[in-house]
Amino acid sequence: MTTLAPPRETAPSTTQPARRRKPRRKGRLLHVYTWLILLWMFLPIVVMAAFGFNNTHSRYNFTWQGFTLHWWQNLFAIPNLTGSLVNSFTIAIIVTLFSVILGTPMGMALGRYRFRGHGTTDFVLFANIAAPEIGLGAALLSLYIAMGLPRGYWTIVIAHIMFCIPFVAITVRARMSGFDLSLEEAARDLGAGPLTTFRLVTLPMIIPGVIAGALLSFALSIDDFIITEFTAGQTLTFPLWIWGASRLGIPPQADVMGTIIFVVGALLALISGLLLRKRD
Amino acid sequence: MRHRLATALTPYALIFPGGLWIAIFFVIPIVAMLSLSTMSGNLLTGFSQTFDFGNYANVLSLYHTQFIRSVIYGVIATVAVVVISYPMAYWISLYGGARKPTYLFLLLLPFFVTFVLRTLSWEFLLSDQGLLLGPLHNLGLVPQDFHIMATSFAVISGLTYYSVPFMVLPIYVALERINREVLEAASDLYANKVQTFLKVVLPLSLPGVFAGVLLTFVPVTSDYVSAQILGGTGQVMIGNVIETLYITNSEYPQASALSFILMAALLLGIFGYAKALGTEDVLEVSAA
Amino acid sequence: MSSTMSATTGSARRDVSSAEQQSTAAISLVGVSKAYESRSGDSVLAVDHIDLTINQGEFFSMLGPSGCGKTTTLRMIGGFEEPTGGQVLLYGDDVTDTPPNRRDVNMVFQSYALFPHMDIFANVAFGLRRAKVAKAEIATRVNEALELVELGGMGKRKPNQLSGGQQQRVALARALVNRPRALLLDEPLGALDLKLRQTMQIELKRIQREVGITFVYVTHDQGEALTMSDRIAVMNGGHIEQLGPPKEIYERPATRFTAGFIGTSNILEGTVERMDGGLAVLTMPGEGRVLVPVNGSVIGEHIELTVRPEKITVCAEPPENGCALPGTITEVVYLGTSTNFTVTAADGTEMVAYVQNAVSADTDLDRGDRVWLCWPPEHGYALGGSGNPS
Repeated sequence: MTTLAPPRETAPSTTQPARRRKPRRKGRLLHVYTWLILLWMFLPIVVMAAFGFNNTHSRYNFTWQGFTLHWWQNLFAIPNLTGSLVNSFTIAIIVTLFSVILGTPMGMALGRYRFRGHGTTDFVLFANIAAPEIGLGAALLSLYIAMGLPRGYWTIVIAHIMFCIPFVAITVRARMSGFDLSLEEAARDLGAGPLTTFRLVTLPMIIPGVIAGALLSFALSIDDFIITEFTAGQTLTFPLWIWGASRLGIPPQADVMGTIIFVVGALLALISGLLLRKRD
Repeated sequence: MRHRLATALTPYALIFPGGLWIAIFFVIPIVAMLSLSTMSGNLLTGFSQTFDFGNYANVLSLYHTQFIRSVIYGVIATVAVVVISYPMAYWISLYGGARKPTYLFLLLLPFFVTFVLRTLSWEFLLSDQGLLLGPLHNLGLVPQDFHIMATSFAVISGLTYYSVPFMVLPIYVALERINREVLEAASDLYANKVQTFLKVVLPLSLPGVFAGVLLTFVPVTSDYVSAQILGGTGQVMIGNVIETLYITNSEYPQASALSFILMAALLLGIFGYAKALGTEDVLEVSAA
Repeated sequence: MSSTMSATTGSARRDVSSAEQQSTAAISLVGVSKAYESRSGDSVLAVDHIDLTINQGEFFSMLGPSGCGKTTTLRMIGGFEEPTGGQVLLYGDDVTDTPPNRRDVNMVFQSYALFPHMDIFANVAFGLRRAKVAKAEIATRVNEALELVELGGMGKRKPNQLSGGQQQRVALARALVNRPRALLLDEPLGALDLKLRQTMQIELKRIQREVGITFVYVTHDQGEALTMSDRIAVMNGGHIEQLGPPKEIYERPATRFTAGFIGTSNILEGTVERMDGGLAVLTMPGEGRVLVPVNGSVIGEHIELTVRPEKITVCAEPPENGCALPGTITEVVYLGTSTNFTVTAADGTEMVAYVQNAVSADTDLDRGDRVWLCWPPEHGYALGGSGNPS
């Protein structure tokens, strides 16, 4: 097999002096590009935050008229707006609670067991996530109409739970697939019953997934608009209030509230991210 | 024996509560919507089931323009999102190093502000006296009647803006899955950066692109917020029509028929799409 | 070809002897270093000013424990890491700043790194296509390469349809088909089971001889290195402990590390009592008589020596001449062809002896027996570079 042999070598040349080290390009252009895209993403948020400080005299919060902290101090001056914000929060909390309770076992089942109906469940969850929000909202509204159910606070809660469960299930399931079953077997071998094993071995391992699912639920619920509009009736959540007021002009309080939600959410996500990193 | 039965039943027991909720509030509503779509009547006189499938033909002939427009916007926005997002996902995955989580975090951060509020900010930014056009008008760099608001461009921009994270993430996940030694092997075998990208990185990242397209096309095509806030009468999308019919006009049968057509069309598309790729992959990637 | 040992310097790097310099130098590393920033901010030297020369057609191994710098060095030769100091030369050309796709060496990666979306033929043809080789020639060479690794006819399969051993051979073919000047192999057999590994070791050696290419091989398995290499560089902590042919590394370890890393070694310490010709007579902590060949030592000098277990016999009574050390048997392991004895000396030192069951398997020796370990003085080897003051 001499055809694979390297070509004849000539006598080695003398050692050349060391060349100057040229730094290899580390993707500078794309780095800049990435930052530009991120800036684009944040632009409307900056605008929103800025307008929370706008000393505007008219209903329209459109032109800059000076800096003021007035709106931060009178944050709850508009009762409907405040009420809608409270609704958003309480709904999000209830929804998170229930979707975690209902979705976590689903995620565990899908991640661990093979059973008839596994594929169907997969499909239904997938269809739920992939389906357009307007379709989900319209369908639920149709159900409420058919049942003669008046729309309000609780119909919103029901709807939100419905579309959050799959997200929790999938997040937990992803966590399960990395789960080593032999850990549970070891616990059983050392005398732990099924409930104890679950409490001491399984649960701690999936908690990060559960927390991630919970955060996802909370974020999805508090900011949801389309499904909420269809199932809310006369009740207002924060996004709905904004939508209703958009024709007339958004008061700066709304911008301030949006800014606060953003900062709080960001902090929560940051903290939980750091905590989860420590656990691993 | 009891233990065997218990183990076999466990998954069903676990699935039951959540599954029941979804069955009642996702699956059944679709049936309800179907049923509503063949009813006749209006809010004043009440609705009754007449199995009138004429509603479907009716709404299609009335609103096919909006339908087509929505699909077109959807395609344009999706393509734009792929082109915009891919380089970013590429950089974060291949060059992000220890800061990868930070970049992903920053990417997702804007989601903490509700979509409506963000779109309204865009309305300000793109309006004639807004941050972008105001100075340009004042400096005389653009003609007085030039506007961005109430154009297709504005609506599609809004749709694109919203979708970028949904495309970056799946592509990022797919890129992360590529064994770095495979990239080194390509270089070892005389490929330069461009060749390595075209011959190795791109093909291997396609599953991520497909997943991202899935997560983008559906919301974009069925959206109405962007069109309402940033668009004018020439940019009405099918979502706007459905919303109007349901919320404003209470024309429930027609609205249901239209909504069902939209859902069915999109779901069929997704189903065929996913079958070709394998649901598992897409689920995994979209769960990232 | 005598090599000098400096008892005063800390490390025991071997200079390239004159005989080696006469063969063609394929790869040279001149003062090559690689420093990394650690978490706390100080720099860690993964590779510490290495000089070595690899000859044309040689099977050269870098051997050492995890973290010794062998893989980093290999990657610097391939161009996947940039040295923070020094030069890398390929047949005299300075390639330190040249990217991997322009170096005339090819690598077999530890994870094989086959392109999962291409079939075997396309994988092997990849380098040839980038080099714009004619289509007909590509087909010939690829099939030839696949035949060489005994995978002829598998061209249409995908990597995920092959076993680990088969993937490994594809990786090899993919590299060899380009006729590189040197082949770099990064622990290629690590993921294979024992039987397969042994077969592949023979295969690799055969291929290397047949093709005549220089092989630079990285492994942590000393048995593998000893079996396959023409020369071995034993590495530790970023520098080379010893460089030489396998026999020399095994029989004449330069440092305590090498003695301990290669094979099993008994390491003894003693002080020079007097000289007896070329042998130093040592005072040992316990009882016993130990003599060891030295290159000139002074009375009172502290000496470390190593004795390989297979050179030791286990006796009931101390012999007239030669070295003898008393102790108690703490473990007896019967291995069929041999019996291994672990014997603990009076001062607690544990020694191991491998005794061939050549004559009879009937030994009366058992745990708890008091015995003497005996060996001829010339089988002891004094270690240099122990760092002890002379």
